[in-house]
Amino acid sequence: MTATIGFWSLVLALGLALAGLLAPAARRHWPGSPLTVAAVSIGGQFVLITVAGLALLRALVAGDFSLRYVAFNSSLRTPLYYRLTGLWAALEGSLLLWEWILVAFAGLALWQYRERHRELIPWVTTVFSGVSAFFLGVLAFAASPFERLWPVPLDGRGLNPLLEEADMFTHPPLLYAGFVALTVPYAFAIAALITGRVDDPWVTTTRRWTLSAWLFLTLGNLFGGWWSYHVLGWGGYWAWDPVENAAFLPWLPATAFLHSIQIQERRGMLKVWNLSLVIVAFALTIFGTFLTRSGVLSSVHAFSSGPVGGLFLGFLALVLLGSFSLVALRADRLRSQPELDSVVSRESAFLLANVVLAAATFTVLLGTIFPLVAEAVTGVKLSVGAPYFSRVTVPLFLAMLLLMGAGPLIAWRKASLDNLRRNFLGPAAAALLAAGVLAGVGVRQPWPLLALALSAFVVATMVLDTARAVAARRAIAGERAPAALLGLLRRNPRRYGGFVVHLGVVLVVIGIAGSMNYSQEHAATLAAGERLSLGRFTLRFEGLRTTEQPTHRRVEAAFRVFNDQHDTGVLAPALKFFPTQQSPIGRAVLRMGWGEDLYVILSGLSPVQSRQATVKVMVRPLVSWIWVGGAVMVAGTLLAAWPWNPRRREA
Amino acid sequence: MAWRRLALVFGIGAPLVAVLAFGFTRDPREIPSPLIGRPAPPFAVRLTDGRELSLADLRGKVVFLNFWASWCPPCRAEARLLEASWREHRDGDVVFLGINMQDREPDAREFLREFGITYPNGLDLNNRIAIDYGVWGIPETFFLDRTGRITYKHIGALGPEIIHAKLEEARRGIASPREGKGEYRSIQ
Repeated sequence: MTATIGFWSLVLALGLALAGLLAPAARRHWPGSPLTVAAVSIGGQFVLITVAGLALLRALVAGDFSLRYVAFNSSLRTPLYYRLTGLWAALEGSLLLWEWILVAFAGLALWQYRERHRELIPWVTTVFSGVSAFFLGVLAFAASPFERLWPVPLDGRGLNPLLEEADMFTHPPLLYAGFVALTVPYAFAIAALITGRVDDPWVTTTRRWTLSAWLFLTLGNLFGGWWSYHVLGWGGYWAWDPVENAAFLPWLPATAFLHSIQIQERRGMLKVWNLSLVIVAFALTIFGTFLTRSGVLSSVHAFSSGPVGGLFLGFLALVLLGSFSLVALRADRLRSQPELDSVVSRESAFLLANVVLAAATFTVLLGTIFPLVAEAVTGVKLSVGAPYFSRVTVPLFLAMLLLMGAGPLIAWRKASLDNLRRNFLGPAAAALLAAGVLAGVGVRQPWPLLALALSAFVVATMVLDTARAVAARRAIAGERAPAALLGLLRRNPRRYGGFVVHLGVVLVVIGIAGSMNYSQEHAATLAAGERLSLGRFTLRFEGLRTTEQPTHRRVEAAFRVFNDQHDTGVLAPALKFFPTQQSPIGRAVLRMGWGEDLYVILSGLSPVQSRQATVKVMVRPLVSWIWVGGAVMVAGTLLAAWPWNPRRREA
Repeated sequence: MAWRRLALVFGIGAPLVAVLAFGFTRDPREIPSPLIGRPAPPFAVRLTDGRELSLADLRGKVVFLNFWASWCPPCRAEARLLEASWREHRDGDVVFLGINMQDREPDAREFLREFGITYPNGLDLNNRIAIDYGVWGIPETFFLDRTGRITYKHIGALGPEIIHAKLEEARRGIASPREGKGEYRSIQ
């Protein structure tokens, strides 16, 4: 029954999506009808996919193992909340969730812009319908979550043990939301190219959608890092794994777009570039899905691969070649009017930042697919690991940091020498001072020293600028400092929200610089009562404890932690033994601190002497600042997007 | 002008897609062993009868080195065949050596008893030897020529023809161009 309802909902929705493709044709026959077509097509799809989604959720919660998807991703022992997350625990359900978010966003965007972009709506509907039809086709005929299983098993296989984590609620759905939100600006871009209305202000009005996508992607990646750090038990938060890169890649052009769009708004420049960024960001979401789901590269996310790789590759080819062919054909209309006035100007700083971000996109993409390129060309198998990515991206990100400090303060059009001296002499001095102090306390390696000095530069420029603006408001309006600060934010939320985001980035940089360069680790096999020391910490092994959990057996090793001889409690890393898995899954524990994290992983139990445990202990400095910085970035984005002045909301 | 730009789009886009499509023809988990044609990593191992055996002692003989565990279904599948091959070749200049890894000693002994294995077997309890040989899926079998050079590596259960052919190649010092894979599929 569920299978029938689900399958036919998807097929009917596919029919509506195909009908939606014809929205522009409808206009020729009945003026004013495209909106009706859009409403019926997208609205109908949303209703039908909601039916399908709820049907799958019901089957997961009720343990209806007559569905293959439910039997493979849930079991009678699976707790309720992990049955719910089963919706996106594997390929088929993830695609359904994706499609669900897609039609919801499409409907919202069409409704939001129904008046303002009336001329573009038919083609926007077509693009949404096309993307939706692709996903629905895959869902209905290639990777159906409603495929039946016969004979019906008494119990399911259960959720993949690696996914039994609280972050299952955050990391995947947020990333999907970020990926899907990039479809909105893409749909408007293609509509503008097809209709030739390239001067339409769609690109500035859909900025909010890119900003939302950027926010979701930032959150999704941060939660992914948090998950990796807390669960995978290697003490790291980012491994440059192909699928991690796939999630990071669209973030880069989205970031570039959010900056270069300001130049188009102010100066009417960079139209082709901005369009290309929108297309590239969307294409990279499809590329990421292709990488994740095709299994062409080896990855920690290998569990998520499936039979749809070829379909996604075809779709990617269509998106890339089709979209850029349109750009090529329309490029004559997209000529930018003004030229750059001066190399030393805010435009060129933003442009340079864009070039650096594009270079970062390219190098990460190249490193990700290089194993394939190498094997195709030379037949040699190789893997590209963190050393490549660190070596090529660190200089780029440091350049970004420099531009992050310079960009917001440099004058538009042409900066005078006086402007430069006024804005950058102080921050440069602050950076040098910071570098001197850091070198004094022992930070001597060039890269972290440079990263931290540049961070000081960025913070100094922002403090300088904000302090001046606050002082000006106090002088003019006689406001107190906090009121003046709030006033600034209300008058120019994008600028000062952006500052807060930049501050968050600086904090993340500090966290990365500290943890990448100054970590210590130590591994040892201990019997009960024995001790291990690392840095300020001493750990005493107290013994093993075994507990039975609903889906697995959990062996914990308790360690009493002493910090400079002070007893600070017990940390108990665990190994989880799932009956369906050959090797156990680790659960690291850590004590987070502002200065450093103490990170403990149980790497093994001695089979000979069952009272021994092999443990790996790490001290990782400043990691907490990555999460704090992430929160600050999110707060800044919300400040920038907050409708402070309802009347100027769309501006 | 537009056509030139179109050509550019396809000139960059099409090869990119082609490279990605090429990925479907490859299994990323398949990593060829760099050890074939190289000297076998030396080791010393404690045998199940308590003796200590060093690989260097076997110089001058063709060595059939098989990594296994009692819990591994394909290892069980090939066990009788390995013993039969050993009986066939034992009078020549060939030595069979089993290396038990990732296992409990009683289970390993029970396995040897169950299949009546008579060739020597070592216990690699901490997996040191397996790591040196880059073993990641068992069973894995290495063929060594008389000079102690690896001539062939096989992942998965072996068949009688392959054992015979590869022992003959090792005897003549011929290294295979690449590793082989067993066709065994475990049934769960």
